[in-house]
Amino acid sequence: MITYLSNNSETVLAALRQHITLALIPVLLGFLIALPIGYLGVRFPWLYHPLVNVAGVLYSIPSLALFVFLPVVLGTKILSPLNIVVALTIYTVALMARTVADGLRSVDRLITESATAMGYRRVRRLFDVELPVALPVILAGLRVATVSNISLVSVGALIGIGGLGQLFTRGFQLFYIEPILVGIILSVLLAGIADLIIVLIQRAVTPWTRVQGGRA
Amino acid sequence: MNLDYLFDAAHWDFSTGSIPQLIVSHLWYVFLALLIGLVIALPVGLYIGHTGRGSFIAINAGNAGRSLPTLGLLMLMVTLLGLGLLPVLIALTVLVIPPILTSAYAGLRTLDPGVVDAAKGVGMRPMQVLFRVELPMALPVLMSGFRSAALQVVATATVAAAVGLGGLGRLLIDGLAVNDYSRVLAGAIVVAVLAVLLDLVLALAQRWIVSPGLRASK
Repeated sequence: MITYLSNNSETVLAALRQHITLALIPVLLGFLIALPIGYLGVRFPWLYHPLVNVAGVLYSIPSLALFVFLPVVLGTKILSPLNIVVALTIYTVALMARTVADGLRSVDRLITESATAMGYRRVRRLFDVELPVALPVILAGLRVATVSNISLVSVGALIGIGGLGQLFTRGFQLFYIEPILVGIILSVLLAGIADLIIVLIQRAVTPWTRVQGGRA
Repeated sequence: MNLDYLFDAAHWDFSTGSIPQLIVSHLWYVFLALLIGLVIALPVGLYIGHTGRGSFIAINAGNAGRSLPTLGLLMLMVTLLGLGLLPVLIALTVLVIPPILTSAYAGLRTLDPGVVDAAKGVGMRPMQVLFRVELPMALPVLMSGFRSAALQVVATATVAAAVGLGGLGRLLIDGLAVNDYSRVLAGAIVVAVLAVLLDLVLALAQRWIVSPGLRASK
């Protein structure tokens, strides 16, 4: 495996770089899109159930199907990385919209009422009070979305663009284990590191959750 | 978008490679993977949840499972074991174990400890507590884990076609290989419909097996 790595370091690095880009851009985009959608699901309670159901159906579309199907809808080339980015963004939105709504709904009413009593208007209350209080729930969802995006990217290799997934298809075609192992290990490591980074961000931005945990 | 392939009657007879035949083989993989996964993960999850021993396995299984790329695992297994059903089943089973294990554990752990104490108090043996109190009460959580495992495996079983097996992935892979987007679209639609229908069936099953006494409070 070491010899494989040293002989093919450029291929592996290029695959890794593509993998990171293809997995993380959708996380960011999906998160930004999901925030307003999730908020709407809380602001207008009748929207909540349709939102959860639509998200569930979107999430059940197989990634391979979405990857090959999007070029037809978007008019992109089948080999365009855009297909992967859009597909993973859809999954992220499906997952995160619900999480954002659940997070905001979990905010104690006493907190929002006190904020209102202190003179917060709706928008400022949302950004200064509700969102921060909902952050632990939202970031937990973001961890799930990030980790599953990272493992989903490799399915794209079946249509020619899949970051580390290309190592899988190459190893499979050559009946050669090394690239497959390297791909799996790097993919799992990448997911672990990304997960850890979000956990650290969460610790940094929500110090109050730790204080409570310490007391209990 | 064209739906010619999906609505062509010639693709709906029961011949090899027809849509119904692919659905059957697809469901067969899904069924086997879920069954094997259940046999492995349920006892382990219940044991961990009941005794509280080894909880870190149950907590981390979910994340570890999600981060394993199924395509890589599948191709690794095929390279190791050769073509066939076994490597595909191994890869799919690895996929369904974490959600079942984690939800079995979570279902038992989130029970009101008072209920378990009461069961012990009325003289139930440990096995009776587990099977007559804890398991029935944990069923809603357990079923939601099982349903998400089923959804995942229906979607992922398409990958089996990438290593030469059947299932609905054939429509996607073969359609792609010959630039027949109508076939790809048919595959995508049938898989998505299958996933939604299966979830519906499991939701009904859940209503049926969960004690009505638990429904009132939720």
